[in-house]
Amino acid sequence: MTGPGRAVPTLLLDQAGDDERLLAACPTDLAGHRRRHPRPPAPGRQPDPDLLDAIERSGLTGRGGAGFPTAQKLRAVGAARGPRVVVVNGAEGEPASGKDRVLLTHAPHLVLDGAVVAAAAVGAARVVVCVDRSQPEALAAIRTALAERAAESDGAAWQVAASPSRYVTGQSSAIVQWLGGGPAVPTGVHAHQRGVDGRPTLVQNVETLAHLALVASQGPAWFRSLGTVDEPGTTLVTVTGAVARPSVVEVALGSPVPDIIRRAGGSSEPLQALLIGGYFGTWVDARAGLQARYSRAGLAPLGAGPGAGVVIALPATACGVAETARVLAWFAGESAGQCGPCAFGLPALATAAAELARGAAGPAEVDRLRRWAGEIEGRGACRHPDGATALLRSALTVFAADVEAHAGGAPCAGSSRPPALRVPAPGEGWR
Amino acid sequence: MSPRRSLVLAVDPIACQGHGGCAELFPEGIRLDDWGYPILRPGPVPDELMAHARWAVSNCPALALRLEAPAAERRR
Repeated sequence: MTGPGRAVPTLLLDQAGDDERLLAACPTDLAGHRRRHPRPPAPGRQPDPDLLDAIERSGLTGRGGAGFPTAQKLRAVGAARGPRVVVVNGAEGEPASGKDRVLLTHAPHLVLDGAVVAAAAVGAARVVVCVDRSQPEALAAIRTALAERAAESDGAAWQVAASPSRYVTGQSSAIVQWLGGGPAVPTGVHAHQRGVDGRPTLVQNVETLAHLALVASQGPAWFRSLGTVDEPGTTLVTVTGAVARPSVVEVALGSPVPDIIRRAGGSSEPLQALLIGGYFGTWVDARAGLQARYSRAGLAPLGAGPGAGVVIALPATACGVAETARVLAWFAGESAGQCGPCAFGLPALATAAAELARGAAGPAEVDRLRRWAGEIEGRGACRHPDGATALLRSALTVFAADVEAHAGGAPCAGSSRPPALRVPAPGEGWR
Repeated sequence: MSPRRSLVLAVDPIACQGHGGCAELFPEGIRLDDWGYPILRPGPVPDELMAHARWAVSNCPALALRLEAPAAERRR
């Protein structure tokens, strides 16, 4: 059974670059995988201080969106009283992202090795692999891979869970609550303190775990040999929109943004803007974006960041106001409805943005949109509403000329063209 | 006499039901957004207003409002 439609139905796996680590050609079966990758250390009951030190020296940060230092997160879980649990977070709720499902399908054993490394680092025996249930290929790849590993006895007690296809499912407290039999909505409780079955739990994105496998086998110095001093390593990027070959690419952090577009076949028409980081990201002007480097430091001057690893190229013929309004409607529909500012604020934002898109809102309504964006931000139990407000604010800046035209009652020509950004169908339930 | 500990207002956004009483009881520190949910004034509650803040906290029907140490002090 497949769930709601995904924003990125088909993605090519680009292996033409020089920086492939996670996406390097490798057999997907265990025997072939083991010819290239050694068995990870077996997890014990206590955290492994040497492994934690090596991870810290690697400088690896989370690739799920928040960019938190991985060693620090592992240490927090390891410091809590056991037994501990590791959750492999393959929920990938970001609609514009396809990197996690591509990785799960292409290199399932690398992800699972990384989960074993994480379990060894924090001292956990139980590992739960969560995969978005609308991704049958990724689920099948993981189930096959785990069946193969049964003979290897890697020291981990595995469980697979097919999680609901909702944006906030991937939030760590939401995934924990869902694994405990509840709805997949955030609770605000820290997983490292009180996670699965009340146990201290590490919830880690699949790409981060795959990097972790390589840090353990190749060492921190090798990991740091690509990327920048402050942001070492490679990262996966889903590149879609007006590009010749929508793809998942792997690049060194700090790579020029134009190289990333080129790896996806280059732009297919003149561009006006890039949406960087995903729908939970930031619009940047195309000219400025194409001069930037892809890293936190490189994108910060543009008010953007790598986020969940997404670059969407918006063609010059599209209307940024209308595109943003459609994504805001999706954000509103994905609210778990628990916090007032999100449950009521996001639909209000979406409605007002849609009115602006069709030329039915004036300058006063634009001012109100700005005020709402400032008031809603930071007032949810999770950061879902902040994604909507950041997207809106960047749209009001980057598409300022269009906004003015729309507010003057003259929507731009692009507002009547078909959507450039695909928005998933309304989500299923929360369980 | 030891100096009084500074406290900030905080709301549990999941528990908050938007009754709005807090903004009436403590308008110096709380206003409501367009949907009736509280927007808290950031920073420590001044000593001279602490009684009003406590009154608002104790009258929240959802038990969603609280006074707590600033975030910087709560982290180890």
